Amino acid sequence: MAALTLIVRLDPVFLGIVVLSLRVTLTAVCLAALIGLPLGALLAVSRFRGRLAMIVAINALMGLPPVVVGLVFFLLLSRSGPLGGFGLLFTPSAMIIAQASLVLPIVIALTRQTIEDLWAGYREYLQSIGMGAKQAIVTLLWDARFSLATALLAGFGRATAEVGAVLIVGGNIAGVTRMMTTAIALETSKGDLALALGLGMILVGITLLVNALAFGMSRIGVRHAG
Amino acid sequence: MPDNLNPAVALSVSGLSFAISGTELIHPMDFKVKSGRRLVVLGPNGAGKSLLLRLCHGLLRPSSGQVHRNDRHLPGRRAHAMVFQTPVMLRRSVLDNVIHALASIGVPDAHIRNRAVEALNRFGLMGLAERPARLLSGGEQQRLAIARAWALRPDLLFLDEPTAALDPSATRLIEAMLADLHGEGVTLMMSTHDLGQARRLADDVLFLASGSLVEASEANQFFNHPQTGQARAFIAGDLVW
Repeated sequence: MAALTLIVRLDPVFLGIVVLSLRVTLTAVCLAALIGLPLGALLAVSRFRGRLAMIVAINALMGLPPVVVGLVFFLLLSRSGPLGGFGLLFTPSAMIIAQASLVLPIVIALTRQTIEDLWAGYREYLQSIGMGAKQAIVTLLWDARFSLATALLAGFGRATAEVGAVLIVGGNIAGVTRMMTTAIALETSKGDLALALGLGMILVGITLLVNALAFGMSRIGVRHAG
Repeated sequence: MPDNLNPAVALSVSGLSFAISGTELIHPMDFKVKSGRRLVVLGPNGAGKSLLLRLCHGLLRPSSGQVHRNDRHLPGRRAHAMVFQTPVMLRRSVLDNVIHALASIGVPDAHIRNRAVEALNRFGLMGLAERPARLLSGGEQQRLAIARAWALRPDLLFLDEPTAALDPSATRLIEAMLADLHGEGVTLMMSTHDLGQARRLADDVLFLASGSLVEASEANQFFNHPQTGQARAFIAGDLVW
């Protein structure tokens, strides 16, 4: 009941945590999409030595443990690390970088698979109208947009549920870097189950929404694009 | 354009062969395609008809020999285009499929839509303009593929068994479209294993078997006086392959 009250009354602390979580995760997914979509498409249509090894490596990175990513970025961003001068450790920016790194392999791998399947059907036609690789990639990304939106939503789901990396590089500082997942872990250990449960409900709600969106996207895709 | 007024050569092939992993799939061959004519590449399955079309269109690189196309590189046109056995439909509307093709060859934005609409009207597809192309029937998709190729205003059109998967009604529509294209002076090079279709459409015939060019002659000559036993057996419908 107390958890529901927090949600209904839009408790400022509660709301702050939800808004920061969404801001960090959405920014991370956008960053991963900007890099991952073209990279995945390029990997799908190009042939070079080491391509298969690269695909295997990227697929393997999809299962990267978040705490390891957190540790790596902690070492990179800490004051004595190579990127320490930027002063990003324990800031939302550090969490965005860590989450984007977790989502990026998912976006690249799913984009590569989606575009490769489409390319198999399109290749001869696009070549027959004299289309170069750059134009072909633009065509493929556009035509695969509904499938790729689902891939991005999968990345969003992974980032939303992630706790290890953001805890290490963000530090779980109240009002600054406290996210839904890190707050749930902390409040549960403190025994404040109301806040933890309230945030948990929001997380489950987001998960449901993401899945509904993914389902809707595929339906819209079939209706409008065939 | 009447054939006898345009004796120029649209395509010339010399010493053309194609091999994969040391296996020669197209044995060295020479032939010419005259402008404004309908050349039908005839032969049983596995004869190399589709490979030959792809080599002539430039989708495959020959292992040896050369393909010379009499391409006229004019703005807003593609000198040669290809229609595939299974039409490749982009995940877009019928109209957007044509628009995409025109944009890809650099037709100015101001003209793209008009040309796309003209192509759909030309082949009776305007009523389907907003439908997703992939949801059309097989016959409609093949008609769209031809309309889309026509929109590029090619001099030479390659067609790889364009009616292989279609019923007689759809085949009749496609053949009527090809007759129209021929009437406009477009040179057609088309593969088929359908003898009836070859008799209806061909001005000239290339007869292939097992990757070799067995006969090259005018259609009348080929059907009435085949020069080889293989051609005679194929025309007679003997199951020798």
